[in-house]
Amino acid sequence: MKATRSMVLVSSDQDSLDRGALDVFNALQQQIAAFGLDEEISLSMISEVSKKPQNPLVLVYPDAVIYGSVTPEDIPHIVEEHLYKGRVVEEKQISPYDLTGRIAWLSARKGTLPAENRIVLKNVGVIDPESIDEYIINEGYEALGTVLKEMTPAETIAVIKNSSLRGRGGAGFPTGLKWQFVAATKSEKKYVICNADESEPGTFKDRLVLEGDPHAIIEAMMIAAYAVGADEGFVYIRGEYGLAISRMAKAIEQARNYGLLGENIFGTDFSFDMHIHAGAGAYICGEETALIESIEGNRGEPRSRPPYPTTAGLWQKPTVVNNVETLANIPAIIRNGAEWYKSIGTPSSPGTKVYTILGNVNVTGLIEVPMGITLREVISIYAKGMKNGATFKVAQTGGSSGSIIPASLQDTPMDFDSFSKAGVSLGSGALLIGDENVCVVDLAKVLLNFFRFESCGKCNPCRIGNQRAYGTLVNISEGVGTLKDLDDLLMLSQQLYDLSNCGLGQTAGSPLFDILAHFRAEVEAHVKLKVCPTGVCPMSGRQVYQIF
Amino acid sequence: MKVEVKAGQDVRKLVRGLVKEKGHEKAELIPILQDINSQLGYISDEAIQELSELMNIPLSHIYSVATFYRMLSTEPRGRHTIQFCESAPCHVAGGRVVWQKLQAELGLENGETSEDEKWTLITTSCLGVCGVGPVLVVDHDIYGNVTPDQVPGILSNYE
Repeated sequence: MKATRSMVLVSSDQDSLDRGALDVFNALQQQIAAFGLDEEISLSMISEVSKKPQNPLVLVYPDAVIYGSVTPEDIPHIVEEHLYKGRVVEEKQISPYDLTGRIAWLSARKGTLPAENRIVLKNVGVIDPESIDEYIINEGYEALGTVLKEMTPAETIAVIKNSSLRGRGGAGFPTGLKWQFVAATKSEKKYVICNADESEPGTFKDRLVLEGDPHAIIEAMMIAAYAVGADEGFVYIRGEYGLAISRMAKAIEQARNYGLLGENIFGTDFSFDMHIHAGAGAYICGEETALIESIEGNRGEPRSRPPYPTTAGLWQKPTVVNNVETLANIPAIIRNGAEWYKSIGTPSSPGTKVYTILGNVNVTGLIEVPMGITLREVISIYAKGMKNGATFKVAQTGGSSGSIIPASLQDTPMDFDSFSKAGVSLGSGALLIGDENVCVVDLAKVLLNFFRFESCGKCNPCRIGNQRAYGTLVNISEGVGTLKDLDDLLMLSQQLYDLSNCGLGQTAGSPLFDILAHFRAEVEAHVKLKVCPTGVCPMSGRQVYQIF
Repeated sequence: MKVEVKAGQDVRKLVRGLVKEKGHEKAELIPILQDINSQLGYISDEAIQELSELMNIPLSHIYSVATFYRMLSTEPRGRHTIQFCESAPCHVAGGRVVWQKLQAELGLENGETSEDEKWTLITTSCLGVCGVGPVLVVDHDIYGNVTPDQVPGILSNYE
């Protein structure tokens, strides 16, 4: 896939094919070439766009314009007007509201380009992160002032609840509800923790927020503390993030000097102070109860739940634990209101999401876009296409604990509900894009190696299951796997999910399930034919692990 | 990065100073271990014993914590530690061949320290600089977009 200016998609479900979709496709191909646009415009078939009366459909991205009941005769006009001159052919355009199937979400977009829309990264790279004054000039601490002076804690929670903000750490739990639980628990002492132990492979969004806009996190934690009745906070930053730690330390110092942290803030009864805890290197500490154990000076082993941290967290006190990206949304929601926030993204997942784009694409890095964008848009628009014109084969979404998905799912809108319906995890927002040279067995091997290393070892399914799954995959990659191994991998995947104590173990088996669900033929080639189709696996014929 | 522990240097004195500075609370255990690790290059048995007495925490607990976290080491390391990211984003971006080159250049397997105590080579999980993978870190210096050809040049920066 090369970088292109526009993408044209033709519906190719059975109904559309019956109504001449193939002729439309051929006509498009011919006309696009006739106008010399074939370098700039990509053309592909897309399935599952089922609006029967108007098939076949032609969709033009990134304009998100849909033409309905297109015949080959319409094509010269559409290509000349829209693709060549840039004018939408209104008489053939149909309303995106009428679509069903996987691209029904287009209605939420109202036919507009999914432009980058910065809320979380608003100040990142724009202001001097070491200057509290610059933060204040850019609406900084305004939301805190509003909350402390004009709103009760209950009203604050109501705004966050109404905004439908969901946690951005991976699980997507409603933030307002979490705050309400902590507020409702009676206790002399409560804590607010910012989870900045960002260790999900392929994710570095929180690092950029901490490095680029540390005061936003302080402000958001104070709003959370006011809402739930806490007076002390911790930012748990992973130890490898040296710059983030020093910027945050400086920001806390500045806030203290300005009287924004300490006793009777803004002349009110509200007092709050906060500390940094630097992690010492452990993926599992991103799990909130393991993180709490780590702050208390223990091994980062997750606790059994319930009780949840909202009732018994740090030192057994009620504790709010929120991810960096979640918190970075809070001041903007208070300033602009819940309705404003809900106008962005999709109805079930409002707001934006920060994604990290990685892998075999031309441009890697961070983007912040409204919820509901698709992988196809990310790859062609933001990542500027696949590297060296390669073909998109596989994506790994949400870091190691996320999902491995095939190219056929690239039109699924990326929001919490659509993804969970498709059995895919949005996770932390990492998007690792792989081309045809990526071997799925090799990819799963790398992921399971990660999990067997990062398993805390507390519960058996995870400690033993990951080791065993890794060994089985190594054997398959050496060409000594059997068909029974594939059944064993599926069983391990299920048992890890059913029996592990925490999210790490529960998701560790998902790569096993995913590669067998989406790429079974490729995996079987390793076993039956003793061939790695991409030529990545060693296939030495050597039994590396003895599996009993 | 490693401070030479000369014969007779008082590890216990270092530990006493850190405990005095940070306090006896159990919550300070990990920050103190991090400081010991960065000042000695690793956490020695002697340091663990002294900590146990001063903080009134069982030896077993301190040892279990010190061995749990990746950034803490209970074994002496070389003068320079090379961390190579082996997570999926760096792997997909071409990490495997860089790792093979590193091992060949140094003649070391994962986790080994060279005989002259110059290098320790370890693999690590994601370091959060995935945008420029493959990534390797020597002491505190991060190298991104590394190709196998660049490996000898990077290593030659260190004495």
